[in-house]
Amino acid sequence: MTAVPLIEVDDLRIDLDVQGRRVAAADGISFRIDRGETFGLVGESGCGKSITALALIGLLRHPLSIGAGRIRFEGREIQNLSPARQRELRGDRIAMIFQEPMTALNPVSPVGRQIAEMFVLHKGKSWREANRLAIEALASVRVPAPERRVKDFPYQLSGGMRQRVMIAIALACGPDLLIADEPTTALDVTVQAEIIELMRDLCAAKGTAVLMISHDLGLVANVCRRVAVMYAGRIVEEQSSDDIFRNPAHPYTRGLVGSLPRLGSRAAHGQSRLQEIKGVVPAITSFPHGCRFNPRCVRVTDVCRTVEPAVDLLDAGGLVRCHHHG
Amino acid sequence: MPLRFNLVVGGTLFALAVFVGLFAPWLAHTDPVMDANLLNAEEPPSWTWWFGTDAQGRDIYSRVVHGARISLTVGIVSQLINTFIGVSLGLTAGYLGGWWDDFVNGLTNLMLAIPSLIFALAIMAVLGPGLTSLLIALGLTNWSFSCRIARASALSLKSQGYVQAAKVLGYGNLRIMVTQLLPNMLGPIIVIGTLGLGSAVLAEASLSFLGLGVRPPYPSWGSMLSEARDQITTAPWLSIFPGLAIFLTVLGLNLLGDGLRDILDPQSRSTRV
Repeated sequence: MTAVPLIEVDDLRIDLDVQGRRVAAADGISFRIDRGETFGLVGESGCGKSITALALIGLLRHPLSIGAGRIRFEGREIQNLSPARQRELRGDRIAMIFQEPMTALNPVSPVGRQIAEMFVLHKGKSWREANRLAIEALASVRVPAPERRVKDFPYQLSGGMRQRVMIAIALACGPDLLIADEPTTALDVTVQAEIIELMRDLCAAKGTAVLMISHDLGLVANVCRRVAVMYAGRIVEEQSSDDIFRNPAHPYTRGLVGSLPRLGSRAAHGQSRLQEIKGVVPAITSFPHGCRFNPRCVRVTDVCRTVEPAVDLLDAGGLVRCHHHG
Repeated sequence: MPLRFNLVVGGTLFALAVFVGLFAPWLAHTDPVMDANLLNAEEPPSWTWWFGTDAQGRDIYSRVVHGARISLTVGIVSQLINTFIGVSLGLTAGYLGGWWDDFVNGLTNLMLAIPSLIFALAIMAVLGPGLTSLLIALGLTNWSFSCRIARASALSLKSQGYVQAAKVLGYGNLRIMVTQLLPNMLGPIIVIGTLGLGSAVLAEASLSFLGLGVRPPYPSWGSMLSEARDQITTAPWLSIFPGLAIFLTVLGLNLLGDGLRDILDPQSRSTRV
């Protein structure tokens, strides 16, 4: 499919204003997501995942701003749209769900009303019609007895239920892209599985593309067809989720894959210890010269400390930013 | 939750005042303005004249009952105007920020710097005495407290997850302010509004006492006090009963506001001894 991608990020740089000095919090970010595709963005806290998502929906606010690069939604540059046009896109064509379903719902408004508001806001429905659609939306996220639940306030619902309501709100208008920022981090593991399955089913049924942001490589690989790994404001590797587990090319990705606990692996490999990546993520204001991963890398050589690695294409499809990959 | 003393007493006093004001024509014994009879002038309180009579022989009880109407109407209407102005300014200032916030802040500080009663006096001087100008004067001069509360609430609420979520879902600024911020700040606004209602009743009494509000012969508690001040030694009941009405209403409103704060704002309750 060589049609125009749904969203295309091209050499994006996000600047952080630190007391008048501009520092790149993320740069050289490029990726594309096709219609109906699931794409994952993985990395540690502070690597720039969430601000990349904010840039996509045009909600970067001071001290953050887009320093360079382009974001195209269906071929049109989002930054060039008027604030009013950007707002029309948000919630209607691009929706987002958050890490904390506890705080993302208005505590003094019944959940049904919060879903119905989306139909009134973006589809111009009457409140009567919107309330009916809200019940349907709640039913579609598998909330039992939706006609009663619409009158409930958020505090009456469990964490999992609230995240279902958030998904119902986000998918209400049938968006083309759903951004899920750590959607299950605050939930129990069993509820996590249910929510992920629900998201996958609904998006597949509606043909909604998903940009999933998480620190959990296992989760993302499970949901997404392609995965990009971010480190210190850069995408260091992008591959299909199968390949990234089988042949991780970047030493950082290797570290991530190696540090995933696997059930039964102790038995299979004897008393092997879980791997770790030594050191911590550098601060935004003091990224190291050369490759940003070099202080923590097991394969570091002199060239890594001086020369910034360029993007290399991998044979299997995908790309990596490392001098010694493979 | 056990019933709170201040809530019960305050609520009862305020409800009583509202009840008296609403049903004044049925509760009063005589017409408060027309039934003057010099034969009964300056009667002390008795079974016939519960609160006594004034120099024109009018029944003080009937005048206090009718005065509740005027005093409470002025208090409630002017406080509603105050709350509307204060919340509109404070909410937009806190949420939008920027030059508008600076402007509203400056205006609020200005209002706080000038004693509101003096400011109201100045407005009355321009508009002339009368009920309408009283409403305008009191409604324009006492909004700074609700403005500050609304601004502070908006500032803290706008970083809440659900306000951010609303932005992401394409809500416009007005919709965010009305559906996300306003309902979440109602608690403190109601508390401040109730407490402000007490000061509004008091301010009405003060202005009427000075002869700028409701003019004789129509009874408001303030104007009755004003008329009674010459006879305070010879006929003290003329001042005692309207004064008591003001005292109990304002006390009731302050207790009610306090009680509402205990319920609606758990943080301040925990710091109370």
